[in-house]
Amino acid sequence: MKGKLILIPGRSAKQGVGLNKGKLKDEYKKVTTTLEVSFEDMKSLGLETGDHVKISNEIGETNVIVKGLREGKIPEGYAFIPYGPPSSCLFDGETCASGMPESKGMKIDIEFIKKGEKKKTTLPPLNS
Amino acid sequence: MNNEIHIKNGLVFDPTNKIEGKICDIYICDGKIVDKVSSSAKVIDAKGMAVMPGGVDIHCHITGPKVNLARKLMPEDHRLDPHFKTKNTQSGSGGIVPSTFATGYRYATLGYTTAMEAAVPPLMARHALEEMYDTPIIDNGYYVLLGNNLFLQSLIAEGRKEEFKEAVSWWLNVTKAYTVKLVNPGADEPWKGHKNLNVKHIDDNSKVVDIAPRTVIDAFINVVHELGLPHPPHIHCNNLGHTGNYDTTIETMKTAGDRRLHVAHIQFNSYSGEMGKSPQSASKEITDYINDHENITCDVGQVMFGKAAFMTADAPLTYLLRGYKKQKWVNADTECESGCGILPFDYQGMIYTHALQWAIGLEIFLLSKDPWRIVLSTDHPNGGSFANYPLIIKLLMDYEFRKEAMKHVNQKAMNSTILGDLKREYTLNEICIITRAGPAKCLGLKDKGHLGKGADADITIYDMLDDKEEMFNAPRYVIKAGQLLIENHEFVSDYTDKKVLRVAPDYDKDIEKVIKPFFDDFYSISFGNYAINDEYLHGTGQVIETKKKKSIYEN
Amino acid sequence: MSAASKDNKIVNEKIVENATCTFCGCCCDDITLTVDMDKKVITKAQDACILGKAWFLNHVIEDKPIARIDGKEVALDDAIDEAAKVLMDAKFPILYGMSDTICEAQRQCAPMMDDCGGTIDTTTSVCHGPSGMAFQGVGEPSMTLGEVKNRADFVMYWGGNPAEAHPRHFARYAVTPKGMFTPNGKDDRTVVIVDVRQTKTAGVADIFLQVKPGKDFELLWMLRAACKGAAIPDNCKELCGIEKDVVEDLFDKMKNCKYGVIFFGMGLTMSRGRHFNSGALMALATDLNEFTHFVAKPARGHGNVTGADNVVSWQTGYPFGVNFSRGHPRFNPGEFTTVDTLTRGEADAAIVIASDPVANFPKPAIDHITSDKCKLISIDTKQTPTSEAAHVSIQTSTYGINTGGTVYRMDDVPISLRPAFDSPFPSDLEVLTKLRKKVNELSKKANRPYATKKYI
Repeated sequence: MKGKLILIPGRSAKQGVGLNKGKLKDEYKKVTTTLEVSFEDMKSLGLETGDHVKISNEIGETNVIVKGLREGKIPEGYAFIPYGPPSSCLFDGETCASGMPESKGMKIDIEFIKKGEKKKTTLPPLNS
Repeated sequence: MNNEIHIKNGLVFDPTNKIEGKICDIYICDGKIVDKVSSSAKVIDAKGMAVMPGGVDIHCHITGPKVNLARKLMPEDHRLDPHFKTKNTQSGSGGIVPSTFATGYRYATLGYTTAMEAAVPPLMARHALEEMYDTPIIDNGYYVLLGNNLFLQSLIAEGRKEEFKEAVSWWLNVTKAYTVKLVNPGADEPWKGHKNLNVKHIDDNSKVVDIAPRTVIDAFINVVHELGLPHPPHIHCNNLGHTGNYDTTIETMKTAGDRRLHVAHIQFNSYSGEMGKSPQSASKEITDYINDHENITCDVGQVMFGKAAFMTADAPLTYLLRGYKKQKWVNADTECESGCGILPFDYQGMIYTHALQWAIGLEIFLLSKDPWRIVLSTDHPNGGSFANYPLIIKLLMDYEFRKEAMKHVNQKAMNSTILGDLKREYTLNEICIITRAGPAKCLGLKDKGHLGKGADADITIYDMLDDKEEMFNAPRYVIKAGQLLIENHEFVSDYTDKKVLRVAPDYDKDIEKVIKPFFDDFYSISFGNYAINDEYLHGTGQVIETKKKKSIYEN
Repeated sequence: MSAASKDNKIVNEKIVENATCTFCGCCCDDITLTVDMDKKVITKAQDACILGKAWFLNHVIEDKPIARIDGKEVALDDAIDEAAKVLMDAKFPILYGMSDTICEAQRQCAPMMDDCGGTIDTTTSVCHGPSGMAFQGVGEPSMTLGEVKNRADFVMYWGGNPAEAHPRHFARYAVTPKGMFTPNGKDDRTVVIVDVRQTKTAGVADIFLQVKPGKDFELLWMLRAACKGAAIPDNCKELCGIEKDVVEDLFDKMKNCKYGVIFFGMGLTMSRGRHFNSGALMALATDLNEFTHFVAKPARGHGNVTGADNVVSWQTGYPFGVNFSRGHPRFNPGEFTTVDTLTRGEADAAIVIASDPVANFPKPAIDHITSDKCKLISIDTKQTPTSEAAHVSIQTSTYGINTGGTVYRMDDVPISLRPAFDSPFPSDLEVLTKLRKKVNELSKKANRPYATKKYI
């Protein structure tokens, strides 16, 4: 179960709350290691919410937990992750003379590692 | 540390005290001018030099939100003009809109020790005060933009005169301002609320204008007079920059009746001709009116060739000018209070209008009969940088030089003016008036602009040189509040303990109850967070007393 | 969440009205705080959003040393002396961060780097730095947020997710509030969201446009062309993922509104095109002024990143990425911006103020800043990966909770903070003022020629 995706890191409210509580605390770590993937990709990659995956590119690699999104939330072929140490592992330091590393839209490989420990959670219903 | 200085053998110019180039001694102790000092005082031998009070700029744009936007906007300009660090001073960026440190140092190196920021919206006043603290050496104050304040306009429109007076007073207090600034009064609403229109006439009461500009102007002149502020309303007239606008300017001055009014950068408001076509000079009409009316003061807003930057609360004008070359442009609307436009600009001698503007400014200087009521300014950086002041002084003092300069600019423009016929040459004493004694008087600053006992020891000592540009470009000594800052053209210390000049007229606290509901509905910050506390003065504020006056000649 | 238990009534209670939350760039200044002065905690933050509540209510005075060198507790003055020495001894010292502290503290930074011939950069460079560069190129028609509330009948968010990053932006400023000329609130406005993802923000949209990732520029340029009279191309969908007639309708709405505004986020600045994207957007807003009043504004992130921009601009003339090694400020993004100076391994000392590059930066930059080639100094209110990796680490009190001062809202409106309770930790202002003085003393002693520093 391997595939290629394009990663879009960004802010989320949970990540914001987490970093107030403390970046060295579990809540922040949990939020920043959650990778959101489209419904279609979850299916084609054979993944389920809660699965552990390895994401990597030429810069580095990191292990995260995958979460499926319902249709239309994110385009097929793309994945979202809140900013944090795991997303940093994949940023290139090259800024093309702008000071800004290309922090959205990097190509990554995704690879299944193991099933989530928790009870399997299902995807949210399509029309909720 | 020795806090006494004795300046001897200098040719002293102190027009306020009727000393017009006389060799006499000046004594300084504890930041003030005194009668005598002890024998241990530091002695400055000013033989062959002119001793003058520190310069006072009555109208410039050097601190605050729009200035900082312009700074950010023009890196290409900073890059050409670095301001180097020295042992005693910080580095900075120069150019047409220098960084704060560079601004302070550069004013000082022209012999200026006071500069008034001419326009800050009340909501952003903290920003201006913060920047002032980072602008070394020069004392500052600023004029608060109230002419397009929607709440105040509604009080005027409803005829609530008492409340209007209290509210203006409240605004001056809570923003720590020096006086009221009116910029193109009545124009914000057409600009922001009616798809970028402008007000066309001082009595405009078309649908898009809520209130005629004249009504606003009259109300503010009245209230500032009633409050007895040391400086009258400082007005940027309607139709600024438009051909045929001198009418509006004269109507604005007439609105004042016999009450005081300061017309800012009047050159930009002295054009005759048909609107929409090429302008002509109306310097004669304008100066005639000023010469006959003691209640009017003005600064010139001289245009100088080279780089400039428009930064003004007159947003529609800036957008109009942007239309010519489609350069980068900034607009900044401030809720309920003001508009703002910023545009990098270049005045070129070969362009008819620019050359004409240059000539009109000089004509106004030369035709005005009373130097006390006409102040040297470039409306920095709108007409050019303050760095041009020495060159302007040379143009005023040297007829031959002026004739020569006229040869190198647009001849059609020159032929349409009377500049070539004006043979007047300013004297050093008159220069001293239009750059320090006069503006201090216009501002009601009793401790500045002169060298009498008790005055602030802000003093500039220039070498007497034939080339007046050279002379005024590099004072040999600059003393600020009794501290020697520049000695033999070099900074010997960095002065940071500077003053924010402001007014604090009395007001009835109950006015807050009238203002607060408006805030709660239409502002985006809490009423409780609007008033600026004294910390922003950094312990260096000075309140100037209020007293009703009919002209600058009353004490 | 609340630290006060229900049974124990708070004895020593203090109410702070009109407090400002400095978590995000909204800087909401209408929060009412209830403070338990005995326990030194905020028990209630009325009107704060989820992020604001997390900001205020989680703040506790930690039992930690104020200053540490290599992990060992030291006196504050010793830490400051060491930090000053590190900065002066370094060949290429850099200063980074500043977005989460007050302007008064920020003001100490540039003069300090001026004295040691270093480089100053703020978190702007990895946030709206590209928008800052675009601003230098094309300018920007803009406004304060109250104008949006009072006047805007067309509100657009482009490449941002305010529902999660600026939760009260809709209710306080841009979507639902009833203003002077928008008496019916949201009913008087058309709200358009452009994003690659259907985020929570999309929920408030009258029109949601899901643009193809990396194709924002194409859509912006089509709209610019439309301003000049060009038709929307037939292959519009193929170019940017949105149907032609939808774009035509959008342009029509933009052109015919009374007061239009676009807020834009890092969806533009961080993706392919960077400053070209934000520049295209600002230029589009400028173009639209030919038809109507139109403004645009980046939706800035951290509490006072806008203040950092302003302070560095007024002191140096440039907003970020400024180097003093030649005795005057020089600006060059890509050369003097922090990601670059670290990734290239140039910086041999770094002082980080209220920021956490070790957690957020690209991996190669983190590798260098945490290596022994770069001496790291951290001044922060919380323990972060950066503070833990630092050679000199100073913990300070938190702005807006323990200390007053000035912050600038995302629209450049300055606001004074109202602290809730004291902290045993020194303020950023105190620490930086001391450090600046120390560096200044050392630089005067060093007696170098001022215009020729070490950097080649």
